[in-house]
Amino acid sequence: MKVLSINGQLHQVDVPDDMPLLWVLRDVLGMTGTKFGCGIAQCGACTVHLAGEPVRSCLLPVGAIDGRPVTTIEAISQTANGRKIQEAWLDKEVVQCGYCQSGQIMSATALLNQNPHPTDADIDAAMSGNICRCGTYVRIRAAIHAAASA
Amino acid sequence: MGYDKPSRRFILKASAAAGGGLLLGLHLPSLARAGAETDAAGEFMPNAFVRIDTRGGITLISPHAEVGQGIYTSSAMLIGEELEVGLNQIQIEAAPPDLKKYLDPLLGDQATGGSVSTRADWVRLREAAAVARTMLIAAAAKKWNVDPATCRAERGVIHDATGRTLGYGDVAADAAQLPVPASVKLKDPSQFKLIGTDAKRVDTPSKVNGSAIYGIDIMRPNMRFGTVAITPVKGGKLIGMDEAAARRVLGVRDVIRTDAGDAVAVIGDHMWAAKKGLEALNPKWDPGENGDVTLETIVAAMDKASQNKGVVAKNKGDAATAVKGAATQVSALYQSPFLSHSPMEPLNCTLHVQPDRAEIWLGTQVPVRAQKAVAAFTGLPQDKVTVYNQLMGGAFGRRLDIDSVEVAAAIAKHVPYPVKLVWTREEDLRHDYYRPYYYDHVAAGLDADGKVVGRTHRVTGSSIYARWAPGAFKNGLDIDAIECAAETPYEIPAEYVDYVRDEPRAMNTSWWRGVGPTHNLFVVESFIDELAYAAKQDPVEFRRGMLKNNPRALAVLNLAAEKSGWGSPLPRGTGRGVELQFAFGSYLCTVLEVSVGPSGEINLHRAVVAIDCGMTVNPDTVEAQIQGGLILGLSTAMYNEITLTGGAIDQSNFHDYRAMRINEAPKIEVYQIRNSESPGGIGETGTAAAAPALGNALFAATGQRLRHPPFARRLVSGT
Repeated sequence: MKVLSINGQLHQVDVPDDMPLLWVLRDVLGMTGTKFGCGIAQCGACTVHLAGEPVRSCLLPVGAIDGRPVTTIEAISQTANGRKIQEAWLDKEVVQCGYCQSGQIMSATALLNQNPHPTDADIDAAMSGNICRCGTYVRIRAAIHAAASA
Repeated sequence: MGYDKPSRRFILKASAAAGGGLLLGLHLPSLARAGAETDAAGEFMPNAFVRIDTRGGITLISPHAEVGQGIYTSSAMLIGEELEVGLNQIQIEAAPPDLKKYLDPLLGDQATGGSVSTRADWVRLREAAAVARTMLIAAAAKKWNVDPATCRAERGVIHDATGRTLGYGDVAADAAQLPVPASVKLKDPSQFKLIGTDAKRVDTPSKVNGSAIYGIDIMRPNMRFGTVAITPVKGGKLIGMDEAAARRVLGVRDVIRTDAGDAVAVIGDHMWAAKKGLEALNPKWDPGENGDVTLETIVAAMDKASQNKGVVAKNKGDAATAVKGAATQVSALYQSPFLSHSPMEPLNCTLHVQPDRAEIWLGTQVPVRAQKAVAAFTGLPQDKVTVYNQLMGGAFGRRLDIDSVEVAAAIAKHVPYPVKLVWTREEDLRHDYYRPYYYDHVAAGLDADGKVVGRTHRVTGSSIYARWAPGAFKNGLDIDAIECAAETPYEIPAEYVDYVRDEPRAMNTSWWRGVGPTHNLFVVESFIDELAYAAKQDPVEFRRGMLKNNPRALAVLNLAAEKSGWGSPLPRGTGRGVELQFAFGSYLCTVLEVSVGPSGEINLHRAVVAIDCGMTVNPDTVEAQIQGGLILGLSTAMYNEITLTGGAIDQSNFHDYRAMRINEAPKIEVYQIRNSESPGGIGETGTAAAAPALGNALFAATGQRLRHPPFARRLVSGT
C-alpha cells in the first residue's frame, strides 16, 4: 500500500512502484481529467504538478513520488493562478477539442506561479512541451498574457 | 467529400414524447444513398432534434458529433434563435445511431465530416425550432383564448398582450396535441439575436476543469482495462506469443486473441498492467503477402499507373493542343505523402457484450457504422447494440472509420465484463487509415502575354469513396480525389483533368482533414504560382487576371493582399506566398510570410487570411477553425510523412511524427467578409490552405520550388 497526497487528500493505493502516476490517477482513482496522449513525455497532455513543479505523469513512477503533494486539473481552480488561467481560457475561447487543455492549463499555471508576467519567449519555453493538434496556440498565448494582467 | 444538394422538402410532425413533453421531429424524404436502412422510396420517416419537457427543459439532440469544431454551440445557436431562448437554456445530447432520424442529407449517412454540418443543419434546425415555438405559442393562446398573433415568446416564456405569461414547460403537453403548421416563417436575418454573434461555446467550461468526459474517460462498474497489439503489416497473422509471461504480470487478467488472428489484447486491472502484460506477451507476426512493401514500391506502382489515361473529370476545349501550341509550356510532378491523423486522444473503445445485448461507449463520427460493426462481430441484432457517443479529443477524419470498433468487438465478445480498450500512441499511429499518397502530373501553356491558354492535370491515387461509400464512386471517378482540381476559381479557356485510381498495397486510406482539397489545392495553387513566375508576373496580379467573373474570389484575394501588405519590401531570406481557394462552399485567401534560417529551419512569421463563408453562425468559431486548421496544415506540410519498410509503418509517436509546437506557430490574422450568401463550410478550409501558402512563401524566400511535402526535410536535404 502506498499513500499519495493528491489535491490535498490522502489516497491509499495498492499498485506497483513502477506504475506511472497517470494510470493511478485515471484507472485506479477515477480522476480522468489528466489525459493520456503519448506515453513518452512528448505531448504534455498528462501534465500535473508535483510539489508545485509541472511534471509528465505518464513517466512518473508512483514509487518516486516519495510523499510529495500532487495537484491535478481537478483542483487547479483552488489556486489563484489556476483560476485566472481557467478564466482566461474561457474568456479567450481557447478550447477546441479540449483533450490537451488539462495539460496546457497545468503548464500555464506553473508558468505564472514562477513568472507572473511572462514574455512571449517565456511562454514559448514553458509551453513548448504541450502539443495541441487542434492548433489553439495563438489563443493560448493570448490567454496567458490576459491571465498575467488579470 | 462530395455531397448531394440538400432537400428543402421538409414535412414536420409532432408526437408526444415520453414524459408528456413535446417531441418535435422533421420528416425527410428517404435518401437513396442511405441504402438498406431507409424504407421504400417516398415514405417519410421521423427525425427528432428538439425536446421540451414539462419543466421547460430544452434539449437539442445534436445530429452532428462534437470533435472540437464547435458544432454543439453552432447548432444550439440555430435552435435558440428560433425558439427565442438563450444558449444557457439548452441542454445538448449526442444523437443515438438512427439513420432515419439523424442522416446528414449532404453526406447520405449519419456522419460528421466534410465541413458540411452547418450547411446541413442551417435550415432544418431553425425550422425544427420555429415549428416548436409556433406550436408552443398556439397552445398558450388556446389556453388564454386569444389570437396567437397577439402572443410572443421570449427566453422560454410566452407573453400575451395583457401581460399574462406561461413557460414552455407549462404548455409542452398541450402543444404536443396540436396539429403541426404546414409551414413556418423563419426569422429574417436582420432579426437575429444569436446567429452572427461571438457566442461563448457551450462545451468549454467542462474542458478547462477536467470534468469533460471523452470516450477514453468512460468508467463502468466492474470494468477492466485492456490494450491491443494489431498485426504490424496489413494482412498479417499472429503466430506466436508468450501468454504465460503475460499472465505473470501483476494485475493481468486475460489474454484475448481475435478469431481472425489479426490482433491480441491483454486485459488487466489498469492500463499499466495491460501495457506491461502486452510487452511480456511479445506477440510474433507472420507479415503475409505484404511483407515486402516499402514506400518506394508503392510510389513506383503509382508512377506506372499515372502513365495511363484516367477517368475524365473535366474536359473544356482542347487543353492538350492548347498546351502544346503555347508560347511557353510548364509541366511538373507533385507528390503528397501518406499522413496520419494522430488526434490527441488515442483510439479507444469501451464495450460490454452480454448474451442478448451490447453497449459501446466511444467518440465516433459515424455512430451507425459503429453500431453495425459491433452487431456484425458479436452476432447480435443491430437494435440490441446501444451506442453512447462521447466527446472526441480530436478526430480530423480518423473517427469516420470503425476499424478500431471491429477490433474492440472481436476482443470484447470473449469476456463477460465491460472492458475499456485503449490503443497506445504507437498502435494508433501505426494502424491509422492514412490520408492517401497522391501523385499529380500538371501542365499548362502560356501565350506571349503570359496568359494561361490551357492546363491539364492527372490525379493518381487511392479512392476513399470506393471503400467508404461505394455508391458514390461512379464510373471510376472519385469526386473527392479531384475536388478543387477539376473546378478552380479561375477562368481558363481549355482544361483537362482526369483521375487514375491506384490502390497502394499494405495501406488503408481514408478521409483526413481537408480531404480532396488539401491535396489538390497544394498542387493547383503551387502550380499557379509557378505559372505566375513563368509569366514574369506578380502572383496576386496573375490570379486577379483570371478572376474577372468571380467577384467573391476576387474580393478575398484583394482583402488578404491589402491586409498583408502584399508587395511591400521584405528582408532578404523572407518571402510571402499567396493561395486562393473555393472549397467546402467558402472562399478563402491566405498570405503567409516566412523566412528560412541558415541551417534550413523554417520560421513562420505571419499568416493573413480573408474568408467569405456567407452567413456566419458564430464568427469567433470561424476564426478559431481557421487559426487551428492552418496550424495543423502548416505542421503537416513542414514535418509529416508516413513511410513503410517491410510492409510496416516506420513512424510511431510524436518524436518521429512531429507536431508543431507553440514556439513555431505564426501570428494569424483572420478577416471575415460578412454577407447574406448561403453558409459555407469552415472546419477544413484553413488546413487546405496551408501547404500551398507555405510552398509558395518558401519559393519566394529561397527560390526553391517544393513539390513534395514535408518541406522542412526537403529544404535541408535539397531533394
